Amino acid sequence: MAYSEKLIDHYENPRNVGTFDKGDQKVGTGMVGAPACGDVMRLQIKVSDEGIIEDARFKTYGCGSAIASSSLLTEWVKGKTLEQAAGIKNSDIAEELALPPVKIHCSVLAEDAIKAAISDYQTKQQNGEDREEVA
Amino acid sequence: MNYFELFGLPQDFRLDVEQLTERYRELQRSVHPDRFANAGALERRLSVQHAARINQAFQTLKDPVERARYLLELHGSDIAGENPKLDQAFLLEQMELRETLADIRSHSDPHAVLDELSDTVRQRTETLIHLLGEQLQEASAQSLSAARTSVDKLMFLNKIHQEVNEMYDELMED
Repeated sequence: MAYSEKLIDHYENPRNVGTFDKGDQKVGTGMVGAPACGDVMRLQIKVSDEGIIEDARFKTYGCGSAIASSSLLTEWVKGKTLEQAAGIKNSDIAEELALPPVKIHCSVLAEDAIKAAISDYQTKQQNGEDREEVA
Repeated sequence: MNYFELFGLPQDFRLDVEQLTERYRELQRSVHPDRFANAGALERRLSVQHAARINQAFQTLKDPVERARYLLELHGSDIAGENPKLDQAFLLEQMELRETLADIRSHSDPHAVLDELSDTVRQRTETLIHLLGEQLQEASAQSLSAARTSVDKLMFLNKIHQEVNEMYDELMED
């Protein structure tokens, strides 16, 4: 099975690898895993006051397809609103990277990760507001 | 006849692997091709099929993950989807364990760090296997669902266990 050039490029030169401070109010963190292959993925977004994703970071321990899927995703979400980012489908990722059928679950993992990161960010904002009301 | 019945063992996750191995060897002898040298074609074919089933049963029962999945199947409990929701604390620790392993060469004494990592993985695995035994024993809908999560977690631990062993080999070659 030949992998696409894009997939290999993202695997060999992954974009936006790293971490943001989990405690930062502007940061949302999504952690997901796939038991079948033991892959773990952490995806983080930094969101502006206007609700735009300014920056993204990821770290993935897993196969090349999982790394490429999360790398591509960090590129895609930058500049997007939370709603737009939540609308990214695993099939978009799989298509862009031409993932073989047995690796589709890697793109599903990436979609789960961005959803989890957005949800984490929103929970944080919610709790932040609650605290302000109490204060 | 299910795999447990095949070996005459109680249908319990907490089985004695030594006993299983002993029963396996006995059964294997009973279907050995030498015993069927003078038998008819049909009898020979059946003995080969039986031997294959005994092998399959042994492979399934001796491995904790496979054994748990088999028991869940016997309980009619479906294995969770491809990427089930796992608790954040567990995933966070998995991430940290993998990070430690990835950075192991940056330590002055990588062997010591690897030993520690290996210990942690073994402890987590033992704890989960113990928990799985209780969950599968209780066998309520809730505990079976929890057992599925435990199986998922064990799969992550197996993965890192395997990577730790590979790292031992790599360090030896340095």
